Amino acid sequence: MKKLSILLSSFFFLLAACTPQGPAEQAMLAPATLTVMTHDSFAVSEDVARAFEQAQNVKVTFLASGDTGAALNKAILSKEAPLADVFYGVDNTFLSRALEAGIFEPYSSPALAGIPAEFQLDPSNSLLPVDYGDVCINYDKAWFAERNLPVPQSLEDLLNPELNGLLVVENPATSSPGLAFLLATVAHFGDPGYLDFWADLRDNGLVVVGDWETAYYTNFSASSGHGEQPMVVSYGSSPPAEVIFAETELEDAPTASVIGPDTCFRQIEFVGILKGTRNRALAEKFVDFMLSQTFQEDLPLQMFVFPVNPQAQLPEAFVKFAQIPSQPARLDPAVIAANREAWIAAWTETVVR
Amino acid sequence: MLELRGIHKTYEGQPLLRGVSFTVAAGETVCLLGASGSGKSTLLRIVAGLERAEAGQVLWDGEDLAPIPAHLRNFGLVFQDYALFPHLTVAGNVAFGLRMRNLPRHEIRTRVAAALEQVKMGAFASRPVGDLSGGEQQRVALARALATRPRLLMFDEPLGALDRALRDHLLEELRGILHASGIPAIYVTHDQDEAFAIADQLALLHEGVIVQQGAPEQVCAHPVSAWAAEFLGLGNILAGKWLGEGRVETALGVVEAACETAAGRGASVALLIRPERVKMGGNGSRLKGRVSDVLFQKNGYRVTLENGLFFFAHVPPQVGQEIVFSVEVECLATESPS
Amino acid sequence: MAQGNALGAARGSASASKIAHLQSQIQLRLLLWLPPLAFLGLFFFYPLARILVTTFDPAALTPDNFHITFSALRFTVYQATLSTLLTLLLGLPAAWLFARFEFPGKSLLRALTAVPFLLPTVVVAAGFNALLGPRGLASFLFPLSSFQFSNTLTAILTAHVFYNTTIVIRIVGSALAQRDLRLEQAARSLGADGARVWLHVILPGLRPSLLAAGTLVFLFDFTSFGVILLLGGPAFATLEVETYIQALHMLNLPLAGLLSAVQLTCTLALSALYTRTAARMRVQANPRAVFESARPPRKGSEKLFVTGLVALLALFFVLPMLALPLRSISRLEAARGERSSVQFALSGEYYRELFINRRGSLFYVPPIRAALNSLGYAGLTVALSLLLGFPAASALARPGELERWLDPFLMLPLGASAVTLGLGFIITFNRPLLPENGPLNTGHWKLLASPWLVPLAHTIVALPFVIRTLQPALASIPERLRDAAASLGASPVRAWLAVDWPIVWRASLSAGTFAFTVSLGEFGATALLARPEYPTIPVAIYRFLSQPGGLNYGQAMAMATLLMALATLGILLIERLRAPRGGEL
Repeated sequence: MKKLSILLSSFFFLLAACTPQGPAEQAMLAPATLTVMTHDSFAVSEDVARAFEQAQNVKVTFLASGDTGAALNKAILSKEAPLADVFYGVDNTFLSRALEAGIFEPYSSPALAGIPAEFQLDPSNSLLPVDYGDVCINYDKAWFAERNLPVPQSLEDLLNPELNGLLVVENPATSSPGLAFLLATVAHFGDPGYLDFWADLRDNGLVVVGDWETAYYTNFSASSGHGEQPMVVSYGSSPPAEVIFAETELEDAPTASVIGPDTCFRQIEFVGILKGTRNRALAEKFVDFMLSQTFQEDLPLQMFVFPVNPQAQLPEAFVKFAQIPSQPARLDPAVIAANREAWIAAWTETVVR
Repeated sequence: MLELRGIHKTYEGQPLLRGVSFTVAAGETVCLLGASGSGKSTLLRIVAGLERAEAGQVLWDGEDLAPIPAHLRNFGLVFQDYALFPHLTVAGNVAFGLRMRNLPRHEIRTRVAAALEQVKMGAFASRPVGDLSGGEQQRVALARALATRPRLLMFDEPLGALDRALRDHLLEELRGILHASGIPAIYVTHDQDEAFAIADQLALLHEGVIVQQGAPEQVCAHPVSAWAAEFLGLGNILAGKWLGEGRVETALGVVEAACETAAGRGASVALLIRPERVKMGGNGSRLKGRVSDVLFQKNGYRVTLENGLFFFAHVPPQVGQEIVFSVEVECLATESPS
Repeated sequence: MAQGNALGAARGSASASKIAHLQSQIQLRLLLWLPPLAFLGLFFFYPLARILVTTFDPAALTPDNFHITFSALRFTVYQATLSTLLTLLLGLPAAWLFARFEFPGKSLLRALTAVPFLLPTVVVAAGFNALLGPRGLASFLFPLSSFQFSNTLTAILTAHVFYNTTIVIRIVGSALAQRDLRLEQAARSLGADGARVWLHVILPGLRPSLLAAGTLVFLFDFTSFGVILLLGGPAFATLEVETYIQALHMLNLPLAGLLSAVQLTCTLALSALYTRTAARMRVQANPRAVFESARPPRKGSEKLFVTGLVALLALFFVLPMLALPLRSISRLEAARGERSSVQFALSGEYYRELFINRRGSLFYVPPIRAALNSLGYAGLTVALSLLLGFPAASALARPGELERWLDPFLMLPLGASAVTLGLGFIITFNRPLLPENGPLNTGHWKLLASPWLVPLAHTIVALPFVIRTLQPALASIPERLRDAAASLGASPVRAWLAVDWPIVWRASLSAGTFAFTVSLGEFGATALLARPEYPTIPVAIYRFLSQPGGLNYGQAMAMATLLMALATLGILLIERLRAPRGGEL
């Protein structure tokens, strides 16, 4: 046993010795460290992040932890000894679950004053809105133009027999945009009316895949993958992204969104301070920073989402090619939390099995 | 029955067999004797159809076997390391060839039992082969080859890995089994004692050709070359100079020999002095030598002289003693270097 | 004892030395087991046990949940069985091809068959789609046969065969190269034709390696995740996929725990079955066995076999992968948002673009850095898994009671759901490992926030492979040969170098190849554990693919091409290191 303990401790000593920063001496000399836990789609411009670090004399470490669900689970499971000071990336479909877990400390940031009330879904201010994005049906403009087919304007239009086999959606059980689109139909048709719609959609040749990457790059005809379906469940920000990341310069976006009433579901992402942080003051500064104009203007081109701060200027491509639905579908986070599993299970029964 | 004609085979660019020809007659055991690496095993595999000769023919009753694949030749092969199937029992190994012939189950059972009885392994039928000793494994390998009643049996140094007593015992049994069954056989070995114990015919393979084939006594009586005499262990081989008129000059002195050589005086010849033809103190040529070593063997003493000559004696001389003796000398062909 | 008579004393000291010998044997075994067990205990069994205990909830044991679990289990077993049989069907002739014949391009083709093993599923799906999809090569060649590929069982089975054939080629191939040629000659002389030699001699001889390869392939298919999720589509859910959905999308941890527990139990049962069967099949290798070296095909039928199979392998393995490099250098011309008429142009733009931080992102990583991260993790994984796997494999090579009991547990990491283990890691390693005021003060350093976690996680997955590859090789070392070397005056070290080393070296190379590929291609654990500043190539590929736009797609293909090139080169290099012929036994 003695051998074992010696072996183990030397093993960990070795591990510790090899870590890039020697933490003990760093605590005294170097700036304080703030750890931000987030999902792996998080991105920020280097100069924006550096500016915050310099202003606050702090070193910010980002912990990416899989997709939204994985990251949130990680935060909930480690709540007794939190891994980070700030958590970013809870969306409105997970909002109630996150609040029930009690892992956040309330913080009424002064920056909230400038944010529209429609985004502030948590009255306790444990979770503060940062950005939003609309999950919409994207369509292949050239495809519809060539065939002279009318572009659908509503969810009901998708049942048009002429559109048989032309829509690809993601499985709501495994994909966040897939779930968002399911929620849009629930909001529009109600429970259990949405199931009839899905049954009809299934009979109209609906294609279901596991994740957004496959739907967009393998099945969607307007993407570089050149698939078979000219309609895909994607984001309102996908058309400007197609222009920004085109192989050759484009004057117009090859795709557009269907922005009829309730055809899009609005996802809002939140940030919160994790309970038990040792850097409450710095964490508050970071939350303020995320709501500030600098960060909010950096958001669109980094993560392809829209800023909640109305002061933030949108980049040109967003102004030109992104459509924002005037009437996105909405559901109360508490209702989502209560019915999520049942809706997904019923959807699976209706569409897949 | 079996006839080999001009078999050629190269191995890694070097000629290994350079026109091997010999025959095996009905019911006869031919022992193929040659040094290690002389190509004996390759020759066996060519006969078995496991390898292809580059030139030459293998004939059975006059029919060329070239188009017949190994598994249809019905030749039994016994390997030095037995090559028993490790996943089968003793009986399973013996039954293998019979199963390949799709015999009915009851016939397989009786023939396996009979073959195992023949090699005295009846009690081991259900044992896994991994549990057996070397001698037992070799018996099973023999039973496996016998069970299919092959038209020819081939043995590739089958007893090489066994101790001497067991080897002698198995050789005797094998000879009995071969004669009882009447199956012609080729037995490959590099050990002349083993060869004499089993062969009806000897075939000597040297430098890629059969240098001599014949009954053992005939081969012994008239070795075709100095190499053959030495390889068979027939006795002392001496180099000599032909002086003409039946006289040869050697390291022992001038001896009398009836060499039928066309060469003139001074030509070199090879001589054989069989140890049993050396007589101490007898009549004939009077030669002298000092005894350097005396070794007791089962049937007498082996006496070695300082000049290298050895012979057997019933009454041993003293080491260091000077003796007189007479020899009978045979002349050998010299084309093969010793 | 000292007062006894001379004989008794002698006997007494003999038995004393025997006991001492036995004791040192036991001590040696314990010493061998200590590193791998300590590692697995700390980084695998402990976190796994903690998460299962934490999430256990009797309320989860409802008929509904049992129904979900049972139907997932049924499909898991069904698809894994079919996939394994198909993989063996292709892998066996391929193993024979590589073991038996020499042909031009052999080592490259052999390396290429291993590349799928490490390609991310999204990339493989893209490759297959380019080949079999609605606008793929297949539909171009056979315009009438318009068939649906993705979202079918066929897609799942095809992808599993594509991924796992290399396991069969490697494990069965090395057994084929080591088989005793004389057994086949004996069989032929006993009247067995080619087919029956295969059926009655070669196949029975291959049983242990077939069993090992089959078990590994089955376990991989059994716990398959990406293929089911992405290629199988929503109609199919294995235990692993269901665990993922329940844990991360439904946040139903008790059900996820139940599913995980069922999957682990099945894995353990399967491993135990394997261990017992393998023990019965163990056959002592004949040290004088005659081996056969690969040679060019000679007969017409051999040429037909080699040509046909090489063509099939090239078609199946190289074509789907060829689609990626081709796509990575071809640009789709499109003007004014019209992309309907597709025109191709060659371009190195995607590769150039890889080196530009267009968005000025904090997490931008140049391709060289991502490659270096990947290689660094892979190197650490190879070293760590060999270091830990070697002692375990040595102990298993001469199994005793202890080994027979421990053996199945070593396979368990293959059956653990990545999600479950990841969550286990979180609740276990989210605090400093050592007391903060202890003698080895590590401050606030937490393993969970450290880049070290990635090679540790990779090692857990690679270890079963490494042990399974090393163990048969170590077991085949003829002890008599080592005794012979010792009797010729070789010291233990020199005897080891002369006898064991050549065998150990070759086995370590193939084990290392497995560890290398496992680490290079691993995405699930890396995504969950990696720091965004140290992305690997698969992580970088996913980053590109998670954004729309042709440039992102092209860069993902360029990155995937880079991964393929790196993997092929790595495998070719490792195989070059094989001991020279003279070193073989």
